[in-house]
Amino acid sequence: MAFEIKQQGKVYDVCIVGSGAGGGMAAKILSDAGLKVALLEAGPKYDPADPEQATQLKWPWQSPRRGASTTRPFGDFDAAYGGWEIEGEPYTTKNGTQFDWFRSRMLGGRTNHWGRISLRFGPRDFKHKSYDGHGDDWPISYEDVKPYYDRVDKMIGVFGTKEGMPNEPDGYFLPPPKPRLHELMIKGAGDRLDIPVITARMSMLTRSVNKDRGACFYCSQCNRGCTVYADFSSSSCLVKPAMKSGHVDLYTNAMAREVITDEKGKATAVSYVDKTDLQEYQVKARVIVLAASACESARLLLNSKSATFPNGLANGSGVVGKYLHDSTGSSRGAFLPQLMDRKRYNEDGVGGMHVYIPWWLDNKKLDFARGYHVELGGGMHMPMYGFGSGIERLNGKYGVPAGQTKQAGGYGASLKNDYRRFFGATVGFAGRGECIAREDNYCEIDPNVVDKFGIPVLRFNYTWSEHEIKQAKHMQDTFEQLIHELGGVALGDKPGADSMYGLETPGRIIHEVGTTRMGDDPKRSVLNKHNQAHEVKNLFVVDGGPFVSQADKNPTWTILALSMRASEYIIDELKKQNL
Amino acid sequence: MDRRESLKALAIGSFSVSTFLAACKDNKTTVKEAKDGAGADVYGRTPEEKERDAKLMGDKFFTNAEMKTITVLTALIIPADEHSGSAVDAGVPDFIEFMVKDQPRYQVPMRGGLRWLDVFCLKHHKKIFVECSAQQQTSVLDIIAYPEKATPETSQGVMFFSTLRNLTASGFFTSKIGIKDLGYVGNTPNEWNGVPDDVLKQYGLAYDEKLLPLYLKMEDRGKLMTWD
Repeated sequence: MAFEIKQQGKVYDVCIVGSGAGGGMAAKILSDAGLKVALLEAGPKYDPADPEQATQLKWPWQSPRRGASTTRPFGDFDAAYGGWEIEGEPYTTKNGTQFDWFRSRMLGGRTNHWGRISLRFGPRDFKHKSYDGHGDDWPISYEDVKPYYDRVDKMIGVFGTKEGMPNEPDGYFLPPPKPRLHELMIKGAGDRLDIPVITARMSMLTRSVNKDRGACFYCSQCNRGCTVYADFSSSSCLVKPAMKSGHVDLYTNAMAREVITDEKGKATAVSYVDKTDLQEYQVKARVIVLAASACESARLLLNSKSATFPNGLANGSGVVGKYLHDSTGSSRGAFLPQLMDRKRYNEDGVGGMHVYIPWWLDNKKLDFARGYHVELGGGMHMPMYGFGSGIERLNGKYGVPAGQTKQAGGYGASLKNDYRRFFGATVGFAGRGECIAREDNYCEIDPNVVDKFGIPVLRFNYTWSEHEIKQAKHMQDTFEQLIHELGGVALGDKPGADSMYGLETPGRIIHEVGTTRMGDDPKRSVLNKHNQAHEVKNLFVVDGGPFVSQADKNPTWTILALSMRASEYIIDELKKQNL
Repeated sequence: MDRRESLKALAIGSFSVSTFLAACKDNKTTVKEAKDGAGADVYGRTPEEKERDAKLMGDKFFTNAEMKTITVLTALIIPADEHSGSAVDAGVPDFIEFMVKDQPRYQVPMRGGLRWLDVFCLKHHKKIFVECSAQQQTSVLDIIAYPEKATPETSQGVMFFSTLRNLTASGFFTSKIGIKDLGYVGNTPNEWNGVPDDVLKQYGLAYDEKLLPLYLKMEDRGKLMTWD
């Protein structure tokens, strides 16, 4: 096939690669300031209100697989395209280690899937090395980021209650929804065990924050994308309004290949392959902002080799790709006998939990260094593929009238009634914790493998340390304590040492960060404290890559705050003609 | 294979042919309806997903004989009662046909399990499952439907039946009939204002007095939030 590289004559002020949380925020802030922005997205357009794409309020029978996860990892109705495996876009691992890399090629990226759990990092999260000697401190503190968190709260909306906990900073909250029945029960158990169960902090609009977005109507389906934009996704809440400014040109199906630099070492353009015509293009800009996701941005830098940057762009330190870390995850389910035969009512609520458990212990008194929070599930959900599976593990043991015996399993009218009786009687606990960032957990370019576009792919090396394994054990013990206190029955066997206490494969929690970390020392970091590459002044990274440490929080709110902060720095520096 | 074994095999085989001919007309209708259903029901598919769905809908995995056995079995697992129709009324056999094509890991266990069942019935009742009397059919299910009391020599049958029971429950309770039966009343715009009072009372629970003033008041839903 003959093809040429097509260069546009137009030079944008800024070219942003990726339209997720970081890229969407950058597009919004930069275009609001009147800058001309090219926004590159590797997937198609997406709007949850588009009837062709909408899945909200669909019934399970509208899917022939009844919502099963055959083609979308979180089920047929989940908004996010892509997943841990994408046809023609492989990645590899080395040294027998495992890492699962979730990619969502679409407008808004992975914000179309995430749980909308919107937690600020606390003062200690930015300075954890000073506290416990592990990892590194950030070059910035909570006080540096706080004004941006405040603005993100008001701009995007997050419900919650002020708790005054030292490392769980309060924000500008929307009024929260009341807890559901099982959540009140878990709150009661937590009170008796001295485990805090507090109002969740989630970015759904219980009240609207602007005229373009409606208020939540409690269908519990945020992961499907909201037709009235009552939940946060980057595509609906940042890119869409940014496009209205007229300052943003959106390039969809544009798979970035490399960042082009000139002989002075300045970034000048991004080259990409258009997936629809498979032609090669370049977009020129005065400033390049990478927001392709922690690993994808690292891949882009490592693939951008030149005489000036033989080690990959902005990688004189060799740190690009290193310090990769995902949240830990371990979970357990339980059956609550008191919830059998429960009264039916609509308890859909918001998409996810109304209460949760923040980290509450002092690690100095424990045998592992970092904490975790616990996400809670349960309730009378819409039945989906998998409903009622494994009833034989419950219906012979529980809810059998006194004096009678019943055989587990079965068939017929009695079985049919059992499914009704057990509906909404199970709860789930999922621990999500901090992994200590290490240099020897990394992604790099696989020397032998390319994707279908000819772009060299990533190769991962990742292991959990004793800290994460012991943390997972602690999660499992906490779950059992709570289940016991609830009078519940833990389901399945307790995960033991052989499975690292149910610790999920790295990458499974989809919180991976750290691959282009910020720092004051150019030898030990890729970016400075403004998300700006030490070695390339007009190159910025605003996804999860700049994180020095993950915290026991979900990363999105911090990505948003730091992207806002970096974008305003770019505006300032452009005014001063420093870029 | 000795003569006795081959006769049994023939019995199963010949049955398949005869029912295939008998059921041919019905089967065409089913496939066509399923196709039309997929076209009519937009559920937010990407072009690649649409193409995949259409291909699966056009394919056929189970033989008509197998489908007949699945139909009898699913109706026994979830029969009609005073509240709702049966698994067959809810279209569960077609759902299972789709699932084995959608997730091919089901194919060998399902096909093999159906065969295991017929061979088991031949041994004990000299007839394949669908030709057994109703009483014989339930006596066979009584052997494989209760994992904890089943004997080791029927463990493969137990495994098959558990898989089929799971698929039947999935298919039934995600159908219109099943969701109504179950009493799931969500999936509609509404106002969540907490657990109903009578339910709170039933469980001896109450909302935290300190938090009550902070929760959303429904009359505020339409008002823009301000913090000043």
